[in-house]
Amino acid sequence: MGKPNDLVQGTLDLLILKTLRPDAMHGWAIAKRIQQLSGDVLQVQQGSLYPALHRLEQQGWIKARWAESETGRQAKFYSLTPGGLSQLEKETANWNRLSEAINLIVSEA
Amino acid sequence: MRWIQQMRMRFQMLFHRGTAAARLDDELQDHLERQVTENLAAGMNAEDARYAALRTFGNPALLREQARATWSWTWAESLVSDVRYCIRTLLRTPGFAAIAILVMALGIGANVALFTVVRSVLLNPLPYRDSDQLVSLYEHEARLADFTNYLPVDVGSFTEWQKAAQGVAQMAMLSPWQSYNVSSEGGKLPERIDASWCSWNLFSTLGVSPALGRSFNASDDQPNAEATVILSAQFWARRYDSDPAIVGKKIWLDAKPYTVIGVLPTSFVYEGAFSGNTMQAWTPINHEAPPEVLHTFSDHELMVVARLLPGTSLASLVSQLNALQSHIKATHPGPSVHDGVSGRTMLDDVVHDYKTPLYALLAATGCVLLISCMNVASLLVARSAARKKELAIRVALGGGRMRLVRERLIESSLLSIAGGCLGLLFAAGALQWLIHSRSEMNRIEAIRFDGVVAIFAGGTILLCALFAGLVSAFSSSGKNVLASLHESSRAHSAGRTRATLRRTFLVLEVGLTVVLLVGAGLLLKSYRHLRSTDIGVPIDNVLTMHFSLPEARYKEPAQQVAFFESVIARVRALPGVQAAGLVSTAPGQGWGGDQAMSVVEHPPLAKGQNMSLMVRGAEPGYFAAIQIPLLRGRIFKSDERLDRAHVAVISQAAAQRYFPGEDPVGKHLKVAMTGEVFEVLGVVGDTRWYVSQPPNPTLYWPIYGNDYSHAAIVVRSLRNVEALSLPVQKIIGSLDADLPVSDVMTLRQSIGKATVDSQFDSLLVLAFAAIALILAAAGLYGVLAYLVTQRTSEIGIRIALGARRVQVMRKVLFDGLNPALIGLLFGLAASAAVVRLIRSMLYETEPLDVAVFATVAAILLLVAAMACVLPAWRASRLDPIQALRTE
Repeated sequence: MGKPNDLVQGTLDLLILKTLRPDAMHGWAIAKRIQQLSGDVLQVQQGSLYPALHRLEQQGWIKARWAESETGRQAKFYSLTPGGLSQLEKETANWNRLSEAINLIVSEA
Repeated sequence: MRWIQQMRMRFQMLFHRGTAAARLDDELQDHLERQVTENLAAGMNAEDARYAALRTFGNPALLREQARATWSWTWAESLVSDVRYCIRTLLRTPGFAAIAILVMALGIGANVALFTVVRSVLLNPLPYRDSDQLVSLYEHEARLADFTNYLPVDVGSFTEWQKAAQGVAQMAMLSPWQSYNVSSEGGKLPERIDASWCSWNLFSTLGVSPALGRSFNASDDQPNAEATVILSAQFWARRYDSDPAIVGKKIWLDAKPYTVIGVLPTSFVYEGAFSGNTMQAWTPINHEAPPEVLHTFSDHELMVVARLLPGTSLASLVSQLNALQSHIKATHPGPSVHDGVSGRTMLDDVVHDYKTPLYALLAATGCVLLISCMNVASLLVARSAARKKELAIRVALGGGRMRLVRERLIESSLLSIAGGCLGLLFAAGALQWLIHSRSEMNRIEAIRFDGVVAIFAGGTILLCALFAGLVSAFSSSGKNVLASLHESSRAHSAGRTRATLRRTFLVLEVGLTVVLLVGAGLLLKSYRHLRSTDIGVPIDNVLTMHFSLPEARYKEPAQQVAFFESVIARVRALPGVQAAGLVSTAPGQGWGGDQAMSVVEHPPLAKGQNMSLMVRGAEPGYFAAIQIPLLRGRIFKSDERLDRAHVAVISQAAAQRYFPGEDPVGKHLKVAMTGEVFEVLGVVGDTRWYVSQPPNPTLYWPIYGNDYSHAAIVVRSLRNVEALSLPVQKIIGSLDADLPVSDVMTLRQSIGKATVDSQFDSLLVLAFAAIALILAAAGLYGVLAYLVTQRTSEIGIRIALGARRVQVMRKVLFDGLNPALIGLLFGLAASAAVVRLIRSMLYETEPLDVAVFATVAAILLLVAAMACVLPAWRASRLDPIQALRTE
């Protein structure tokens, strides 16, 4: 693993959006959360989160706010925008369709 | 709502870029530190913890770049940084930058200036309502077709045309050759003004209404109406201080009272052939013109303006009137009644004379621009060749190819924009100079920058930038980085392809230069012919000035003659005057009128034949004063005047044409219009009425009598004749304080005025050709010098192996002269094809003038050789050891 490109195209975006669904989080927490939820299978190179986060922010799917974190330092907290929420639904549906299709083929063989 | 979020981000990224960058660093730093802390907590030592954190995180510098790349305005940011970089590299070689900018400025400036002139003068519509519907109508005469297709019109024909064209076109006439003496009043000096007679509907036909007062109406335009006048805004402002109460006041013209009924708008200019833009006053023609002019078919005094009504075309109107005119000719078979009609759009009528010269000049500036572009492209190629190693290294290190191409384009754009701005200043200066120096040119007042010119300038700048930039980017597209890196370590035939490109440019540059040189050569030769033309009399130290006696004050012919006599007697008595005379029109100063005649002793002329002589009134001493030689017989005497004035002297051309093989002395000439008969007393030498026109058959009759109220005083002196102008004017003032003097100039000046077009065109084209030649020579030198530097080692080896220096020099010289020779051949061939386009601008010069072509070839070869000699000489002086050591 390593580069985000190795993940299925667009998956990193989906993971980030999904992770941010319940709560605003900063970068470090997002990375930890993905690692934790995936049971350490998906070891995203942590740094590659940031270009993805900035891209999503530029596109208006997520927005950022500077606030004091649990360590007492200023951190950038990302949260979903309404647009991001519907984008998440769309991408989730896409993902489900894709993985079902792949599952069908793989289990057939 | 997402777009609001996006706009917010755009805004933030544009104005808070610095903060965003700092925060990104913080963000990444924070993440790393948390990881380090976690690793430390897991029991690693400080150093390991840091390395492990970096491993899981990735390269922070790269990630920062990747994150920044997602921001908006990144393109603008990199553009700004590229521009800054290019400015820095250009500033590092200020000489190169200055030369390139100057070259571009010359090319762009000349083009913008000429385009502005062409657009304002040739293309922009005339300043009248629906001006594309306006046409100028003329008469046409098959036998004069060599001379002109556009002859002035007579009132008789005009009246018939106007009747026939009802419902098809609205027609107005004017006679723009008139003038009035404005009497001195309220402490103002008398002056003579140019004026025009016009039919009452002229201004409504043009679609112009007066700024003050009213226009003429039909009842003003009657022989027995009260005298009325409309003033030009300029004359009103100058002489009457823009007095708003002028309307209704009376002014004195030719010693008669005229009521001012209107003042034209400031913007009004009458645009027409012969207009010269000098008309100060307008009077109704039917009131002003003598009755015989108003009903004749043979006195051609008019310009005709017609507004085509919807559904009419110029061609259909002309063909309709043409049929009418042949009918007129059939019913009035007089010798000077014309048999056809011709017409052209009013715009064409105004600018026809300038079309060929202006387009020729525009083509010349186009060539200069092309040459400048190629030169700058060539300079950029040479520059990128010199930076080849740097570029190759950048490509090898992962510099994007597009980024490099963009950099080239930015570089050329910077040069082009700077050149363009400087060029616009040039253009503005050039236009100022043009307007100042060519004020007599039709429509010169219409010249101005406008939106289209701005677009043209922008387009030119863009094209130059693209051309120069793409050429240099293309030639250094670094396809084989490895080869470049290799090549730079050991070069024999380095940069061959680049040199080929530059050689192609050189061939083109030289070719274009040759075309310009040939054009300039032909125009100069033509100008020299024009200047050295003999108008029939010596032109040095001859002063002429005109005055005109108002009919109201000098009613009787005897009064006019008495005035003429006392003026000329006093002028002759002035110290410094060698000789003086009176004439109606001096040589080289215009057509001056003609008359159809017949020889009484000859059988009547066959139908369709015509005998026409230019007519001048002269005073007996005139011939000796201006030095027209007497060839046969005698000149009329001073007492052959008034009712004894039916005597004449004819010119040699008249004698040869109308009295072939016989002696004209003693024969009699009958004037067709008046029926008066004149006895021919003698034959005198020919003179030209206009410098570039051949002598016309001319007749002189006594100015004492024959109804002359105007005259030119001709004064010849041994030296410094201009000094006499004031004393002569004082003499006239002392005889009649109300009498203004006009057109005070020497014969040489009037010839110079007639040749100013030719001088202007030839000098401008010569200037362009000179610029082109310098650029081409610089290009030649540059390419050759570059080749020699590139081949230093090769030449070193050759010399080390025993090549003689002469051989080396010859080889390099040949290398350089080769493209010049090919370009010369191309250029000569192209010139031969192109020069016939400027045939109409040439006077007594054949387009394929061998001497001009040969001179151009010689000059070009000489300059090319001079440009090549230095690099060649340097190559032959190479020290082989030094050359090989530079490797």
